Amino acid sequence: MSNKLSPVSKAFLVLIFLILYAPIFFLVFYSFNSGGTMYDFKGFTMEWYKELFKDTRLLIIVLNTLVIALLSALIATIIGVIGAIGIRSFTSSKARNTVLSLNNVLIVSPDVIIGASFLILFTMAGIKLGFYSVLLSHIAFSIPIVVLLVLPKLQEMSPTLIDAARDLGASRWDVLTKVVLPYILPGIFAGFFMALTYSLDDFAVTFFVTGNGFSTLSVEIYSLARRGISLNINALSTLLFVVTLLLVIVYYFITQRVKQTGMGGKR
Amino acid sequence: MRNKLSKNIFFIPYVLWIALFVIAPILLILYYSFFDIEGNLSFVNYQKFFTPVYLKMTLSSFWYAFLITAISLLVAYPTALLLTKTKHKQLWLLLIIVPSWINLLLKAYAFIGIFGTYGVANGFLEAIGIGSQQILFTDFSFIFVSVYIFIPFMILPIFNALDELNPTLLDAANDLGASRWMTFRRVIFPLTLDGVKTGCQVVFIPALSLFMLTRLIAGNRVITLGTAIEQHFLVTQDWGMGSTIAVFLIIIMFLIMFVTGNRKQGV
Repeated sequence: MSNKLSPVSKAFLVLIFLILYAPIFFLVFYSFNSGGTMYDFKGFTMEWYKELFKDTRLLIIVLNTLVIALLSALIATIIGVIGAIGIRSFTSSKARNTVLSLNNVLIVSPDVIIGASFLILFTMAGIKLGFYSVLLSHIAFSIPIVVLLVLPKLQEMSPTLIDAARDLGASRWDVLTKVVLPYILPGIFAGFFMALTYSLDDFAVTFFVTGNGFSTLSVEIYSLARRGISLNINALSTLLFVVTLLLVIVYYFITQRVKQTGMGGKR
Repeated sequence: MRNKLSKNIFFIPYVLWIALFVIAPILLILYYSFFDIEGNLSFVNYQKFFTPVYLKMTLSSFWYAFLITAISLLVAYPTALLLTKTKHKQLWLLLIIVPSWINLLLKAYAFIGIFGTYGVANGFLEAIGIGSQQILFTDFSFIFVSVYIFIPFMILPIFNALDELNPTLLDAANDLGASRWMTFRRVIFPLTLDGVKTGCQVVFIPALSLFMLTRLIAGNRVITLGTAIEQHFLVTQDWGMGSTIAVFLIIIMFLIMFVTGNRKQGV
């Protein structure tokens, strides 16, 4: 089989990329439309961006979203790393597989079910819907992802490394902080970033557990979009696209660095 | 002994997470499914589920999810195959994944503009002489947007499976005189079946539960299991019926996982 792509194949790939990116550039393009609609481009304006920055309610929602994302990713990373280390320490493979399947339940469950079941859970536990219910749910659905990203790193670590550290007189705490954690650091970073993007992106689960008075960006965009087109959303999405691209670039470099260091270990 | 105990204490947050956010929610859903709207213990919800209204809804939900999965696969497989043949394939793959990191609601919102009465799509139809059509709020727009959203998730596992394929097998097939189509049908496709299965899993299950798209893009014309759950939980407040539908969705989910085979450990 030749490695050269035929013109037809190239055209197909170009078409796929065009379709994938068209809606995003469409949003960006019309965010500069002075006409105020998404079909008739009247002229260039920054009006929508100005309006966006004047909208304190929306800015508070953006802040909420960021706080929830950072906090939930941080806590989920800590619990997830603990979980991964725990799963790794299991001696029986049956117990390990059981915990792993439980770990994966939230990953394969449809968002609606996670949202609905968490709504029941919080109501029964008497937790008021709002900041804390959203934070707890985001932590909950991010943990399994962190575990899945950290676990392969742990498995690829040779057990002799730990034995060597022990022989050299390291305490359990030393082994953890000076050997294990540095070794799995790339996995921890990847887990944190994934948790962050999961949290920023989530709509369905958040929609169930927000209640009145607290909102994240996705939920806000949903209610705005149901009311119809407003170019504020376009301006907002342009900014979000730029932020996402930056995140992707950071993520790309982190994974590239992981490949370069190869063995991981202490830098 | 002491060693084991301290290990277990360390593991507590993760175990607590499994108990509270994985096991408890499922049990709560099951528990609530036995209560009718007035809060009396009964099987009325299950009886209701087996009436034509709900069975028809389940069937149509399946049909849409099937269409979305099939079309995604038809588009994603060739894309993944061609991607593996490009130079810098990891970079191109990353570019395919970037749009999936843009908030889902924003992409749906973009399509409201594109498919709207005066949108780009209708402008194109006018230009080629077909004339303006009602695109938004139809089955077509619902399926198109869903496929659009799921394509990266279908491409990723197939790409990984293709990437792991041993190239010497293709050379062998070639040497033995297999045509390109034969090679594909007898060698490439069977060996990447795991990727295809994973892809179908990650598309089909969420496709059963899309509710924001049915509201924003399909204009409430399409009702999926997800829409029904959301409706019962957040609009009519009939948590019992919502839970019953959720129970069936969970059962369906397990069946699908069983049919498409367990994913490889740690994936």
